Amino acid sequence: MFKHILKRLSLLIPTIFGVVTLVFFMIALAPGDPARVMLGERANAEQIEQLRAELGLDKPLIQQYGLYLSRIVRLDLGKSITSGQKIASEIKERFPATIELAIWAMLFATVLGVLLGVTSAIRRNTWVDYTTMGGALVGVSMPVFWLGLVLIMIFSVWLDLLPTGGRMNIRYFFEPITNFYVIDGIIMWFKEGTPKFLVSALRHLILPTIALGTIPLAIIARTTRSSMLEVLQQDYIKTARSAGIKERRVIYRYALRNALLPVITVIGLQFGLLLSGAILTETVFSWPGIGKWIYVAIGARDYPAVQGGIIFISIFFVLINLVVDILYSVVNPKIRLQ
Amino acid sequence: MQNNQTSQEIIKDPTPLQETWYNLKKNKGAMVGMTIILIFIFMAIFAPLISPFDPLAQIIEDRKTPMFTNGHVFGTDDLGRDMLSRLIYGARISMAIGVISVGISLVFGILIGVTSAYFGGIYDKIVMRIIDIMLAFPYILLTIVIVSVLGPSLMNAMVAIGISQIPRYARVVRASVLAEKEADYVLAERALGAGNFELMFLTILPNCLSPTIVQATLGVGEAILSSAGLSFLGLGAQPPTPEWGLMIASSKEFITNAWWIVTLPGIAILLAVLGFNLFGDGLRDILDPKMRN
Repeated sequence: MFKHILKRLSLLIPTIFGVVTLVFFMIALAPGDPARVMLGERANAEQIEQLRAELGLDKPLIQQYGLYLSRIVRLDLGKSITSGQKIASEIKERFPATIELAIWAMLFATVLGVLLGVTSAIRRNTWVDYTTMGGALVGVSMPVFWLGLVLIMIFSVWLDLLPTGGRMNIRYFFEPITNFYVIDGIIMWFKEGTPKFLVSALRHLILPTIALGTIPLAIIARTTRSSMLEVLQQDYIKTARSAGIKERRVIYRYALRNALLPVITVIGLQFGLLLSGAILTETVFSWPGIGKWIYVAIGARDYPAVQGGIIFISIFFVLINLVVDILYSVVNPKIRLQ
Repeated sequence: MQNNQTSQEIIKDPTPLQETWYNLKKNKGAMVGMTIILIFIFMAIFAPLISPFDPLAQIIEDRKTPMFTNGHVFGTDDLGRDMLSRLIYGARISMAIGVISVGISLVFGILIGVTSAYFGGIYDKIVMRIIDIMLAFPYILLTIVIVSVLGPSLMNAMVAIGISQIPRYARVVRASVLAEKEADYVLAERALGAGNFELMFLTILPNCLSPTIVQATLGVGEAILSSAGLSFLGLGAQPPTPEWGLMIASSKEFITNAWWIVTLPGIAILLAVLGFNLFGDGLRDILDPKMRN
């Protein structure tokens, strides 16, 4: 097992290096002068030269790359052009919002997905199975941003039950402490004796969670079902059944445990993908996370911000995959006992 | 007709194509998927003939007409353009997106996958390292980076989607070529004096196509979804193109008073993608039982 983990760890640095290199060169080779784009049509040559010098664009490409790498190592992603703020601190400010939403979406998808997957596996070829699998297929075929808009239309506009966007009722005087609003809401409950912040935070989370969680939900349900079906055919399940162990126990205690192994990998992969799917969901729900921030940066042609945001999410994605892989080797006896 | 039920059973040595078709006909999901795909292809080809209106013509006095009024079956959008006609023309764009982007990933994916499996060695190692790095990227981010490099347009979105999917095809092809390249028939061809090119693309490749075809069918649906997402972010099709994702994006402020403008293009995307997914899943069950999950 340790050999496996060491091998994975040794691949981490080259992968991150490759990701940074790829993003740097692709953005650097983009046609058009970023300085000119940033300053607009009316800028004179002198202003453009000055900005180019400020951004280091006047140096040879390979030197720019070296500088960029040395800054990345120091976790310095440069400054945003539109706000003038440090990109690293802008990301730090917005990341909790993205993570909070991603965690809720993943919880929703995992709990419901495993439950539905197991149910349709034990009731194979019944209407329960057909409905669930049909629903899962529709779920992966749907554009996420459209689902978000339809949810807003139904639950916010027509039924007037839930807010259309944002993270907290804007009329509340609310000062974030941890920037994870559910946790902040609980803290405020203790401090001020009112659960209104927590309630508002949760109400704002419902629709984006469903929108962002639908694709992982569908994929987890499908994976759980097929993995469960495979496990249920194994000899040890037959043995357990013939030994007279209750069916519930056979399924939840013996079968599900092993069936969940491939599901763990899928959950990890989907969690990473959620962060990029967040660009669409956050835009629809005006959710002030990294996704929406990148979307705004793309519109403003704020190249350093786009570059920094994408590198940050990609590295996070690589790290999550690594953690999942290690976790997998810990829970999977086939690898653990090697 | 050779394809009806009775003559089918008489065929003694069915070609792979006949056999696939025979199995496919028994798979309900695949048949539903195929029907949906054929309807969209029909709409794409005959768009000018079956559209009741010009998809770009703005009838100002007919803005936001509800469904089934004034001859507009699906109503009109905020600029008074007929929704049905725009959706029909949208099929044209979406099918083009599917074909072009999957085409790009197929051509390069096959080229890279076949050569790296066939030659192996250091070349294979380097290529696979690059592919791993590309796969380390979340897919949507990769397309966003490529489009921001190339500039926002429908064509560039297709190219970006095509490029970012190359690694997947390369992997699928590489894996099946690796499994085939030491097979007896390949060694026999080589002994008979076949060159590298002939061995790679005429001998081995045809035996590796099944998983690639499955991947490509599912890939069309995914490409349609991705391109809708890129258009929604303003990185794909530009107005007034009747692209489905763009139609949703430009109508989001009207969810309060004209639900059909935002709902219908989404249903069109859903149906088209569902068609390719159903058909692709069916094909996978038949062509590639190992990949079934």
